[in-house]
Order: sequence, then C-alpha cells, then structure tokens
Amino acid sequence: MSQAKLTLKQALAGLEAGEFSLSEIYKDVNKAVQTDNSQLNIYLTLNEKAEVEAANLGNLPLKGLPIAVKDNFLTKNLRTTAASTVLDEFVPPFESTATAKLKAAGGVVLGKTNLDAWAHGSSTETSQYGRTLNPRHPDYLPGGSSGGSAAAVAADFCIAALGTETAGSIRQPAAWCGVVGLKPTYGRVSRYGIVPMASSTDSPGTLTKTVEDSAILLNYLAGHDKKDSTTGPQPVPDFTQALNTDISGLKIGYLYHDLEGLEIVNPVIEEQLKVLEKLGVKVEKASAMDPKHAISVYTIVQRGEVSSNLARFDGIRYGNDRSFFGDEAKRRIMLGTYTLSKGYADQYYNTAQKVRTLFLQDFERLFATYDVLISATSPNYAKKIGATEGTAMFGELEDMLLEPSSISGLPGINIPCYHDQKTNLFLGMNIVGPMWEEARVIAVAAAFEKNTPWNSWRNAS
Amino acid sequence: MTKLDHYKLICGLEVHAELKTNSKMFCGCKNDPFGATKPNSYTCPVCLGLPGGLPVANKKAIEWTIKLGLALGCKINLFSKFDRKNYFYPDLPKGYQISQYDLPFCYDGLVETSEGLVRITRIHLEEDTGKLLHKEVAGKKVSLIDFNRSSVPLIEIVTEPDITSPTQAKEYGKKIRQILRYLEIADADMEQGGMRLEANISLAKTDANDLPTYKVEVKNINSFRFMENAIKYEMERHAALLEKGKTPAQETRGWNPTTGKTFPQRTKETAEDYRYFPDPDLPPIVFSKAQIETIRQSIPELADEKARRWQKEFDIEPRYATMLTANRHKAEWLETVFASAQATDTTPNQLAKAIINKKIEIKKGEAANKVIARYQKLTATDNVTEEELQTAIAKVVQANTEAVTRFKNGETKLLGFFMGQVMRELGKKVDAPALRQKLLQEIA
Repeated sequence: MSQAKLTLKQALAGLEAGEFSLSEIYKDVNKAVQTDNSQLNIYLTLNEKAEVEAANLGNLPLKGLPIAVKDNFLTKNLRTTAASTVLDEFVPPFESTATAKLKAAGGVVLGKTNLDAWAHGSSTETSQYGRTLNPRHPDYLPGGSSGGSAAAVAADFCIAALGTETAGSIRQPAAWCGVVGLKPTYGRVSRYGIVPMASSTDSPGTLTKTVEDSAILLNYLAGHDKKDSTTGPQPVPDFTQALNTDISGLKIGYLYHDLEGLEIVNPVIEEQLKVLEKLGVKVEKASAMDPKHAISVYTIVQRGEVSSNLARFDGIRYGNDRSFFGDEAKRRIMLGTYTLSKGYADQYYNTAQKVRTLFLQDFERLFATYDVLISATSPNYAKKIGATEGTAMFGELEDMLLEPSSISGLPGINIPCYHDQKTNLFLGMNIVGPMWEEARVIAVAAAFEKNTPWNSWRNAS
Repeated sequence: MTKLDHYKLICGLEVHAELKTNSKMFCGCKNDPFGATKPNSYTCPVCLGLPGGLPVANKKAIEWTIKLGLALGCKINLFSKFDRKNYFYPDLPKGYQISQYDLPFCYDGLVETSEGLVRITRIHLEEDTGKLLHKEVAGKKVSLIDFNRSSVPLIEIVTEPDITSPTQAKEYGKKIRQILRYLEIADADMEQGGMRLEANISLAKTDANDLPTYKVEVKNINSFRFMENAIKYEMERHAALLEKGKTPAQETRGWNPTTGKTFPQRTKETAEDYRYFPDPDLPPIVFSKAQIETIRQSIPELADEKARRWQKEFDIEPRYATMLTANRHKAEWLETVFASAQATDTTPNQLAKAIINKKIEIKKGEAANKVIARYQKLTATDNVTEEELQTAIAKVVQANTEAVTRFKNGETKLLGFFMGQVMRELGKKVDAPALRQKLLQEIA
C-alpha cells in the first residue's frame, strides 16, 4: 500500500512504532502529486521545502506530516492567492494563527490548495486558476469552496488538510469528495491571517480521512487567539476523548426530511439513521425553520461583508488592480454594496440580521430537545464539471442544508454515508451540535463511522 | 458695509483629537506618529490593512473616551459597538474606517462658554487614517503613504448648532483642548494635527426660528484663530449671497491662512453613503454601571471647577483664577503655593496677580515658601530715614530741572521717572506710596 493512503492516526502510530519513515510517506505523497496534480489541479502552489522542514522539526506531535492548506490561509513566504489573480504574486509577510499552530504542533504545509476565488462558490469553478476535478471521478466537481483541500484528501495528496467554511465550504466538498469535513463553532479556531470572506461566519476547520483525524487536528488548531476578538474564551477539551464515548441514550433530531429536492439523498439518510438507532440513539423527525430563509440571510449578510472585505484590493497595493476580479467577485461586490446602501440597509442587511436571530432561536429550541441534529449535507452527489455555468446562485442552492447552522455559528461535520459503486461518488451526512459542542458531534460521527462501511480509508482493501 | 445685522450665525463644531494611548486603536503598534523617525516604522498587518489582519479594540482608548464623555456631562451607552465606514481613499488601507455609527460611547453632553451653553451631540471613537506625502522622487511627482498614523485612536466630538459667534467657537475649541489635556488623554497639538477642527456654518435671519436649509462645512482647520477667521469670513460671504436672494451652496470648503479666505473643495448636494454596518470582526462592547462609576471616579477636578474653588478658598479674582488654572499640573502646584501663602502676610490674590504680570519668576515644582519669599522680597521696602530721603530727592530734582518744569506743566507721567531715580540714588527699595507723596510735596 502507498504510504500516502495512511490516515493521520495511522501515520502517527506507524512513525512512532518505526514501521515506516517520514521520507517514505513524503515519497509516496509526492509521487501522487506529481502524477495527478496537473490533471486534478488541486495544489496551486507547492512548498518546495516541505520535506526539508519536516526533517528538521524534531519530535513534535504531528511529526512533520504533510498537510494540505487551502490557499486563503496566509503562509509566510509562501505565495497565497485566495485563487484570485488579484493576489497572483502575493507572498504574505506573516502567518495565519491556524497554520502557525499547525506548524508549532509539527505539521508541515505541503502546498496550497485550490478554492473558489475568495472562497466565493461551492465548486472551485470560480477559481481564476482553473477548476479542480473530483479525484473520485474526474468528470465531476469536488465542491467548494474548500474543494482543493477536500480533493487533496480524497486523492491522498496529503495526510490531512485545512479548509475554511463560511456556509458549507468544508462540509459540502467533503460530501462530494467522500471525506470527513469538520466545521468547528464560529470562534473556536482563529480567523487571524485568513483572507476574509464573510467575517461573521468564516470558520477554519479540517478535511480529513477519518473522524479520528479531525479530532486530532482540531486539538492543535482550537483556542482563543488574542489577535482575533471573535474567538471564544471557552476551554478547549481534548477532542480525541470524544471518539470512544458511548452515544446510547442520545436524542437526535432528523432535519429537512420533508424538503423538496432531497429525493435521492433522504432515503439514504433515513436508512443510515437506523445504524445509529441500533447504537441506542433515539431518532426523531424534527422540523426546523425553512432553510430557504437562511439562503436569503446568508446571501445578504455575506455579500455585504464581502463588498467591504474586498475594498482593500484597490489597486494601490498587491500588484494587480480591480480589473483582475473575476465575475463572481464582481457580482458579490455589487450586490453587497447595494444591500448596504442608505435606504436599502434597513430593508436588506438589518432585516437579514433579525432573521438570523430567528434561526439562532430556532436552533436553541431544537437543542432543548435534541442532543444533535442530522440532515443530508448536500442535496445530491457531486455535480458534473461546468455545472455552475449560468447559475449565479449555484453555491447557495448546493449549501442550502448547511446555511442555517453556518449563519448560527454552530459546529457541524460531514461524514460519508453512502458510496455509489458505479460512479465512485459519495453522499454525505451532516451532524450539527450546539455552540462549543464539537465533542458531541465528533462522538456521534465516530460511532457512525465505526459501524458503517462508507469510509474509504478505514475500510481500505 | 455689514449686512450681518440681519442675520445670526448657526454653527456646530466637530473636533477630532488623537488619544495618546501607548498602542494604537486596533493593534499593538506604538502610537507615536509624530515621534516616529521613519515613515511606516510603527506598522503591522492590522494597521496596514493586510488581508487576514484583524482588529482588537484598545480598552484604554474606550475608557478614555468615556472619561471625556463623563467630563463633558454626557450620557454613556452601556451597550456600544464599532461599525465600518466604507469609503475609498489611498490613506485608508482597508477601504473602510472602523468608527461608530448609531451607538457612540457618549451622547447628550454640555459645555459651558461665556457666551452660553453648547450641547454635545455625541462623542465617538474611531481609527485615524494614514498620511499622504506628495513628493518628487527621481524627478517624478509621486504620492507616498505613511501608515504610522494609521489606526491611531481618534475621538470625534460633535456639537449641536449652538454656537452663535466666531469668538464662542474659539472659546469652545480651547475649552475642549484644555479638558483633553486636563484628563491627560490627548496632547491635542493643533499644528501637528493631533487635534483638528471642522465648522458647520450657516446664517439665518435674525428673527427666524427654523434652521437654515443649507450648511457649509469648513474642514481641517488647525488653529483656533484660523477657525475664528474662517467663520467670520464665511459669515460675510453668506450674508452677501443671502442679501442678493441667493442661498450659499451646500459644500465642503477649506481654509487658506495665506489669503485669509475659504475655498470650495467639493459640493455636497446629497449626503454621502458610507454603507455603515457593524464590524463583524469586533464583538459589541458592554459596560456595567459600576464600571462607568469607576471611570467617573478617575476624573480629576477640571479647570472651571478649580477656578471657582480658588475664588472661594483663596479669594483669587475670577480672571486670575481662570488664567492660572489653564494648565493642570501648573495649577496643582500653584495651589500648594497659594495654600502656603494663606499663613503669611501675602495674600494668594497678590501672588496670583504678580505671577500673571510676570513680576516674579516662577519655576514649576519649586517649594512654595521660596516663591512666597521671592514675592515678599520684591515688595519689601528698606528702612530709609527722613533725612536720607530728603537728600536723595533734592539731588534728583537738582539734576533734572528740565523734567521738573515739564512735570509742573502737566506731564504727570514723569512721576514714575522721578520715583525710579530716587530709588536708584538711594540704592534701596522704598515704600512706593510714601515716596510718591514725598515727591509730590517737593516738585508739584
């Protein structure tokens, strides 16, 4: 077996036991990248010094393992573009807190992965460096915006990856690529040094081969950052402790069971929920606020924040001017500028914030009854390449099931819950918990993963 | 020529002042834009507006803003927040300024001037911008940006249109500067731009009750005298237009100190749209009443209060008290001098008068008894015998016969000259009233 196929946990244990060496892992990962990156277009920039850095680390918990990082995390002295040519030659003078913590724990940035430009999208098709192809089937999209990171995991171009989610950008590509995507609570992982998209919902997180790997990685990323006032002061538990908790007795609310357009995915979810029921969990159909309102809220709030966050790229700094913005960025800047304008701000932005509060209250109500909430991650399998053409609201529709929890800041995880043998594509299940309860989400996800055959690595042949 | 009699001034002021906190408003960089020896030496990803840079609010700056608000009698918003003010300018690296929109820290205050009360609408806290430098580099005209000032804490104090004269505007401005300095929260150096003034000016018919329909904003005035002159100039200009049946254009103007005139900068037909919204990078700020009380306790006695107390406790004339309380540290020291003087023959008011008329030199921080001793020495008279005095006067009269004649012909101001001459002749200090009387006997 190629050592590139190792999970983070396996790699750490194998290195510890001396079963293989770090350079063997690098050799196999590099080989995979060299063979397929030109076709799949996963990495935009490779860190040429990765292996040297790894060799010189000393004994740190992550042992120098190669990690893929979405190209909107600023990495000092390593080009960071956010997949927009506006930043074509931008080499950051500072490091994001998340990657700094990753490095301090012994992770090595192997390369920077493709995304929708500025993280605007759910397909990587808005990337100004070309779309990424789904490693499970190259006729399909990987999802987005963290499509490059999800694909890097699926293609064994790394041992694990970092991504960011604003509304679905970790979980949706994870679902489409058949990997695990953990979006922590808003404020659990610092946003400092990440090219901002929608500041009030941006949440850095992980894309990994297993639930266990996401718990290991989150341990090193989470925590208050004095450089980010929106990070919470809450203590960070050891998330790996949640991996083997008994979940019997938990009460799960099954959401969006009655929503139109989920005819393919919901029967699968219902079938898979039986697995959890066998583990002693009580599952009930629950009704939540219609996610279509979340799309409206998210679209207005996010466009507004985007129009402000992108204003700094005014052509004076960073080399390239505003004419380098792609169509999607231009659309969002214009829409956001409009919704924040005098006379419209009340009608749009302020109303959206009020509706956002209603979603928060709705989740509060649901969590008074249920320990976690489960729904499909994406309405369907990965879409074919080119699917976004002429669909300005593509991302919003694909992320519809995730936007309510995203605008509410809740933690959620995608785990593969079905594998179509014919297409080699996956469906994903989304497990959401209350604020700061990643551990509960991880516990349920880990139990499900252990008792089902859908994980490609755990059940590798 | 003046048509001004038909009109009254309607004027509100906006005062900006940089707070002198150690670090900047939203990052840990040193806050010392005027002390920096090199441009862009006090910068970081946050104040350079780099992507991924995030603001962290300076607690001290917020407390100081509230302190100023309390000193100006403002109400305090216990729940407040920062908002983004979006606009483009090369000195604004993020494309927006972090400011406050609908929930400023302070509102509804009051400032007393000799010409009446001025209501404070609001005081809010924001970040200053960078500074553009227009230079020639290698023969090419270029604009350079210095970000040392970027994100320095800046307060804006806005008044209601209560100011009715150019002199009142000046007095108000000086008072605000004095309070900022008393509270030790700002140096308020006008020349360097640490304090900037803007006046919103319009004229209304003397008997009108409604506010005028137009308003002219004169921006970036960096001296109180310039502000006074700019308002005077605008009043004349508006009156001339109004007399012709025209309404002055709604616009922003600048002040040219060389020509002594204002000049148009840009017209302001409609309000600008800054697309304000709450900054998602900064959580709202919540204060308890107890925290506000703690800040209130930290406010020192201000100049007005001190002057009133001096009048009562030391019997110092109001005008002297006002002048000598202008500077907080000097006043605090002077107070020890006045208190010591109460135990002597010298009254605090005598001392105050002597200090203002520069009769005695004072060194701040000097022991009180030394100052009092110097004053007493200045006013003390030596013992002079009647005979000594007679001889001296005779000598002076003899040597200045011409002056004596002129004195007799009505040039009374020469008396001082004679008094000086006599004292010089004696080489001693004589009790002035006694000498005057004696001299008059001799020469009148």
